[in-house]
Amino acid sequence: MTMCGLLPVLDQNEDHQYEMSEYEGARARWCPGCGDHSVLTAVQRLLAVEQLIPEQTMMVSGIGCSSRLPHYMKTYGFHGLHGRALPVATGIKLHRPELAVFVTMGDGDCTSIGAGHWLHALRYNVDLVAMMLDNGIYGLTKMQTSPTTPQGFKSNTQPYGSILPPLNPIEVALGVTNASFVAQTAEWAPAHLFATLRAAYHHKGFSFVRILQRCPVFTPNIFQKAVQDPARIALMVHDDGVVVPELDKIYTNQVPHDPRDLAEARMLAEQTDRITLGVFYKDPSRPRYEETRRVAPRTPAERVALLEKEFARYAV
Amino acid sequence: MSAATATAAPPKVLKVPEHTVEIVSDSGEGAQKCGQIFGAVSAKMGNGVWTVELIPAEIQPPPRVPEGASGNRIRVGEHAVTNWGDRTDLVIAFNEQVLLARHRVDALADDAVLLVEDKWARSEDADIVAAWEAAMKELSGKHYRIIPVAMEDQCLAVMDNPRKGKNMFALGLLARIYGRDMERIKEQIAYAFRKKSEEVYAQNAALVDLGYAWAEENIDFRVEIPTHPADKSLVVMNGNEAIGMGCIASGMELCAMYPITPATSVSHYLSEVFEKFGGIVHQAEDEIAAAGVAIGASYAGKVAFTITSGPGLALKTEFLGLAIMTETPLVLVDVQRGGPSTGLPTKVEQSDLMAAIFGQTGDAPHIVMAPATIDECFHIMITARRLAEAFRTVVMVLSDANLATGVTPFAKPTLDEKWQAAALDLAPVRDGQKPYDWNKETGLSERIIPGRPGGMFTLTGLSHDDRSKVAYSSDIHQHSSAMRSRKMAVLQSLLKPPAVYGADKGDLLVVGWGSTKGAIEEAVDRARAEGLKVSSMHCRFLSPLEPGLKDIFKRFKKVMTVEINYSDDMGDPYVTEENRRRGQLSMLLRNATLVDVDCWGRVPGEPLRPMSILEAIRGRMPRGGAA
Repeated sequence: MTMCGLLPVLDQNEDHQYEMSEYEGARARWCPGCGDHSVLTAVQRLLAVEQLIPEQTMMVSGIGCSSRLPHYMKTYGFHGLHGRALPVATGIKLHRPELAVFVTMGDGDCTSIGAGHWLHALRYNVDLVAMMLDNGIYGLTKMQTSPTTPQGFKSNTQPYGSILPPLNPIEVALGVTNASFVAQTAEWAPAHLFATLRAAYHHKGFSFVRILQRCPVFTPNIFQKAVQDPARIALMVHDDGVVVPELDKIYTNQVPHDPRDLAEARMLAEQTDRITLGVFYKDPSRPRYEETRRVAPRTPAERVALLEKEFARYAV
Repeated sequence: MSAATATAAPPKVLKVPEHTVEIVSDSGEGAQKCGQIFGAVSAKMGNGVWTVELIPAEIQPPPRVPEGASGNRIRVGEHAVTNWGDRTDLVIAFNEQVLLARHRVDALADDAVLLVEDKWARSEDADIVAAWEAAMKELSGKHYRIIPVAMEDQCLAVMDNPRKGKNMFALGLLARIYGRDMERIKEQIAYAFRKKSEEVYAQNAALVDLGYAWAEENIDFRVEIPTHPADKSLVVMNGNEAIGMGCIASGMELCAMYPITPATSVSHYLSEVFEKFGGIVHQAEDEIAAAGVAIGASYAGKVAFTITSGPGLALKTEFLGLAIMTETPLVLVDVQRGGPSTGLPTKVEQSDLMAAIFGQTGDAPHIVMAPATIDECFHIMITARRLAEAFRTVVMVLSDANLATGVTPFAKPTLDEKWQAAALDLAPVRDGQKPYDWNKETGLSERIIPGRPGGMFTLTGLSHDDRSKVAYSSDIHQHSSAMRSRKMAVLQSLLKPPAVYGADKGDLLVVGWGSTKGAIEEAVDRARAEGLKVSSMHCRFLSPLEPGLKDIFKRFKKVMTVEINYSDDMGDPYVTEENRRRGQLSMLLRNATLVDVDCWGRVPGEPLRPMSILEAIRGRMPRGGAA
């Protein structure tokens, strides 16, 4: 936000080529087969491809299985409170806009306990990548219904079946004024996942990415039909969106969609009879909060001089 | 204007060491602006001044009801004034109903002079006339001197809608009665209306002149309070402005907040000026997010702060625990109101004390401090920022509605660049440096901020070891808890015992904290003048408490807290020594010292009056002579 503009740029070893392994932190302790592993790999690959400097990269998370991700990275990490990753990330970015910030949240984290922050983060449009790892269930606390649990799904808190129709996070995100990047991808399509995260990283603004994923213990089958039958998945394709040529043969159901077309994005998001992957919406011209709030830094001496003037207003 | 233009006999001059004035009106009639300007000008002329706002809890209460009474009380003295005093000597009321409100809460001296807008007596509405007459009858029970003033009729000479202008007419009345400097008054008006047009200023200035002239012709007395222009530079402001300026002076650059009374005016002030100082006010989507943004910013660099009141403090609880657990510095200002729940949003209480110190789950040691004066509201922010950084923890500053809205002059701080946070150090970490390199004696450690090469770690609210790795063995939580706790003992070892006001031994020691200092000391002065062996002491640190309290307490036969907090009184039905619910400060002190500390607490929704404290002192004096 302020003094950061004055910071001396540190000498970086520009020749150093970061390997993917250099972004690896503690060994991941997620269950075997958990979709979180795919996301972790995609993030590490993205950092390597983009050659992000580890100490200038932040992983911020809430609480839940997916929020363990920062521990498994070798960057700076902030594993905070359930539902509250986005305010923390906003604070970090306001103060240190030069840091690359990635946020991981679960579906309960983002769309339930943290829903208020989610809406407002979309509106603030701070430049960061917000990944919502959506397995439709609370995993860490052992199978409770989340807002995105399919209706009728039996859980420990709703043993006769999930009562409400699931929340559609994409529709919600597209409904928020000043949302600037809304995408959906899936853990079982690693190439698409990587390409989507990369597009999100390159977008200047708040990039909301919903990552569909399976919990191998509690919701192994919620996307089974789509996993087994690629025809149930529609890929939105556009030069300004996500383009993954190697997927053309698998996902033949392709929908040309210009990510600038918000009305069409909302229409596509409403269609729940199939899974639509890709960039629904993107508008890099939206104002970014950390930019609109950027102020000229002041040295201590300047501040003292200005404060003296301020006291003069209150002088007796 | 000169006295020569007056047609009546020269006014009687009342020479007094102090006088208390109130301007009361329906909400939105500008009485507060009138009172603030009168207070500021009095301070500038060299009087001691303490101004408080009289605020109705509703935004727009119906007109002409006692509950809607809104305005200012200004206590003006020859010497420094430290509190709002006992009763009011002179009132300007814009209707008789708001005047009744002040009468009914015993705010007015028995011989008070009441200047009342009297158009209500001539109303075409019979109900209003009846209400006026009933009020006059009710007021006639005391020896008040009631002076009807046709304020709005007079204002018609200058404006068409006098309801909006009579506050400036009232200011003119006060200017004449108290001999206030008209040049300074006009400067203040110009500042108060700086966002409005020149025309607005001119009209308000004309109204002040009109009021002055009217008083000159029609008021048969003047009040003279000797002034002593200060030999050093003074500034005059309210406690919330002082907090805002203190934040700037401390070099903090981010205030994250959510609107809540009575804290919000700090952010109003900062929103206006902070950006030119290189800082921003972030209005978050809720109280929780405000804490989160401040913690995120603090974690990433310079200490940030958040500001709230009771209900917001409750909402921030989980985040405060995170900051304490992760040893992320944070400054939190709680401008207390009455509680619990929404409580008394605009009125003073000190009842967040226990919630502030113990309101988090788990063992969550952190620093809690309280300014006792408006001057201290400024300086405490600098200390708070430094302590948050040095001790890597949350520092809570407990102000209250009395300080927030009280206005008084104080010595202009001599600014020091060193008060400000140092520039961020982004050098590579030392070889082997850990995120929590706890000194085993002190628990202190240097924090690592993102950007420092080689320092990468994941901060977590889970119990963790010194490398910030999640604790899976049983001794880690014990050790890390000890390290966080130790910092409080270390801080206490660096503090001085509080000073005793009055003799350092005696029959009764009154202990207070926060905004009650001035009223307590005034009560102690009066008690000592009566021959009572009473002293007082004021706590600035509540967590950890300042050292040496037990030694001080031992020198008095009895120790009693005075708090704007509820406490059972002995003698109340069912109340026994064992089940008595004591004042919050007294609970703290009893716990720390094992001394049987008594308490006297009241929650009137207004600052304590010295005379009430004096009565409590008289009633609680231990029997028998001095020790």
